[in-house]
Amino acid sequence: MDNLLAARAQMAMSLAFHIIFAAVGMAMPLLMVIAEGLWLKTRDAVYLTLAKQWAKGTAIMFAVGAVSGTVLSFELGLLWPEFMAYAGPIIGMPFSLEGLAFFLEAIFLGIYLYGWERVPRYAHWFAGMMVLIGGTLSGIFVVTANAWMNTPAGFSIVNGQVTDINPIAAMLNPSSFSQALHMCLAAFLAVGFAAAGIHAYLLRRDPGNAFHRKAFAIALSVGGVMALLQPISGDISAKRLAKYQPIKLAAMEGQWETERGAPLRIGGIPDEDAEVTRYAVEIPKALSFLTHFDFNAEIMGLKDVPKENRPPVAIVHIAFQIMVACGMVMLAAGCIGGWLAWRRRSLPTDGWYLRFVTCCAPLGFIAIEAGWTVTEVGRQPWVIYNIMRTADAVTPMPNLVIPFISFTVLYIFLSVIVVILLRRQFFQSLRLESKSVGEDSDVSA
Amino acid sequence: MFPLEFWIAGVMLISLIIYMLTGGADFGGGVWDLFATGPRAKAQRALITQAISPIWEANHVWLIVIVVLLFVAFPVAFATISTALHIPLTLMLIGIVLRGSAFVFRTYDSQSHITHRRWSRVFAIASSITPVMLGVTLGAVATGTIHSDTPPDFISPWLAPFPFAIGLFTLTLCALLAAVYLTLETEDAALQEDFRLRALIAAVSVGAMAGLSFFLSAEGAPAIRRGLSATPWSGPFHVVTGVVAVWAIWAIWQRQYRLARILVPLQVALIVIGWGIAQYPHIVTPDLTFSNTAAPDAVLFPVLIVVGIGGLLLVPAFGYLYVVFKRRG
Repeated sequence: MDNLLAARAQMAMSLAFHIIFAAVGMAMPLLMVIAEGLWLKTRDAVYLTLAKQWAKGTAIMFAVGAVSGTVLSFELGLLWPEFMAYAGPIIGMPFSLEGLAFFLEAIFLGIYLYGWERVPRYAHWFAGMMVLIGGTLSGIFVVTANAWMNTPAGFSIVNGQVTDINPIAAMLNPSSFSQALHMCLAAFLAVGFAAAGIHAYLLRRDPGNAFHRKAFAIALSVGGVMALLQPISGDISAKRLAKYQPIKLAAMEGQWETERGAPLRIGGIPDEDAEVTRYAVEIPKALSFLTHFDFNAEIMGLKDVPKENRPPVAIVHIAFQIMVACGMVMLAAGCIGGWLAWRRRSLPTDGWYLRFVTCCAPLGFIAIEAGWTVTEVGRQPWVIYNIMRTADAVTPMPNLVIPFISFTVLYIFLSVIVVILLRRQFFQSLRLESKSVGEDSDVSA
Repeated sequence: MFPLEFWIAGVMLISLIIYMLTGGADFGGGVWDLFATGPRAKAQRALITQAISPIWEANHVWLIVIVVLLFVAFPVAFATISTALHIPLTLMLIGIVLRGSAFVFRTYDSQSHITHRRWSRVFAIASSITPVMLGVTLGAVATGTIHSDTPPDFISPWLAPFPFAIGLFTLTLCALLAAVYLTLETEDAALQEDFRLRALIAAVSVGAMAGLSFFLSAEGAPAIRRGLSATPWSGPFHVVTGVVAVWAIWAIWQRQYRLARILVPLQVALIVIGWGIAQYPHIVTPDLTFSNTAAPDAVLFPVLIVVGIGGLLLVPAFGYLYVVFKRRG
């Protein structure tokens, strides 16, 4: 394995691992504060048990997210020192703000997890809100730094030297808003459906269980709302790509020719040697319309740039199809659930619907991984779009395959443990819930 | 009056001191988990867990602050350090990952005694390795063997006596802090005695490692040696640090734990400050200084504003965290 490939593999693996935990650490607090807020409002002890149960899962996920995030902040330098020497000062503002937001998240999570009996009820709920705000802001800031790599702004280059750095302009680059919005919605969407799916599964085994009914209702509402909003955010992203990163868009769509009235391709396999996309279902002129509100707008094709400046088209196109497909299934689940709930004025707990939502549980996370594949692989061969090539950013350190394998083994091991622990948490809660909801309320009220 | 990078460097030094006093003590807790012995071994471990559970994640963020400030304000230094010291930094990261994961797994995986012990072991060993590798990194930066213009050999700057002496020195400081804090985490007199004894052992080890590090610096880090011994402030500064260290041992011996909890952190802070001043103006000896690697003022000034706002938000938040979990009686 050559060094550049090993470095890219290590970075991709670290990000793919971290993002699951980061998304949970960001979105689970929303479910927790909703449950705890409902407890404060209704005094129904089931909500309190629910908040505590979700908090346990969050604690495990947050800890692994925090340490794997630390690894990433070092890996920026360990693997890409040239990139950091160049970009560090320019994108320092979002990273500094991220540090601050993460600090608040970690402090208030400590209070939230261990302070149930130590702080007043509303202070505890406030701590949960601070965890939510801190986590969401740190997610936004990190994505902002990534957005800068896609659409670098806030500096000029004079004779090869970076000058006129404007950290605020760099932070507010053209991709920041659309990427941060898309990621935030994705995190809440993935976590909402994952939680809804798990509780749907448990509800099917124990239909009368009040705990799982309430959990399912909260999680499905969050996931459903996000599923409705996400296509709008995706549309904003597509329009931004058409304007600022047409090659990434062309790779996502398998669009080889520059043409007016370009079709939207569903599925299909791009052939990078023959420079065609085969077996796709084409909707005529739809791509032009979606990106420009004009059926005859011109869309740039991959053939317009030399081969060495194109991203790996097949990976980007297929990852994009996977992301959209996952989003569409969750959108359907959200719409059906919302429609049934509205018609019947009650939670839809039909067997087939619970089974459907159970199947949706992993889709949000698959969509997140696929989406990041699109944005990262789609930017190649550049680490800073049109400015610095990934190959020029890598460390001279030899034998990078060793840390790559080490971290891969470590992360696989941690993933297995986390899955075992979370499973145990759920089934423990199932046993506990079927008998002791009443007892628990006396202890904690 | 001072250039902006001076203030950033100061914030980094303060962050490092706070990281040592808080996060360092959490690592020290892991060291004492490893060395938990005698009839109260289980109680010792339980006390350590209870003491660090609510705070370790917040304490850990200081390290991220230091790294972020380093790459934002001194990008070339960050690139140079993380290239030349790839191996010790990677080992430190593996330690950080295993420490944090094992700790939280142990908390939520108390199914059987055996798995509990196994996570305990991972947590304890990782807690011990991480500060050593942090110290090795800081020691290596001072050796004068890392250059930004020539490609490093990735081994010799850190695999040497001086960096490892600093690594072990860091470990003993963490252990000392933890033992002293733990004397005040319990009302149980026997447990207090356990940690008093451990604090005394750690305090003596700190003295030994300080001496050894100073001795090795003659060969291993001549620039630091000059900074430590040949400047007008160095004599009085060492005297003050030494007096505080001896006073701290006396306080532990006399079971004046509250006094010890002031003196030991003060001692650690003085050691870190002494190192910082000896290192100044170099960030990576001998080529890279704070001023020749600093990002432009247009970058540094907004970062300082963020630091200021951060301070306003974090001081009350941290205060609340510590009042909730660390106020006694």
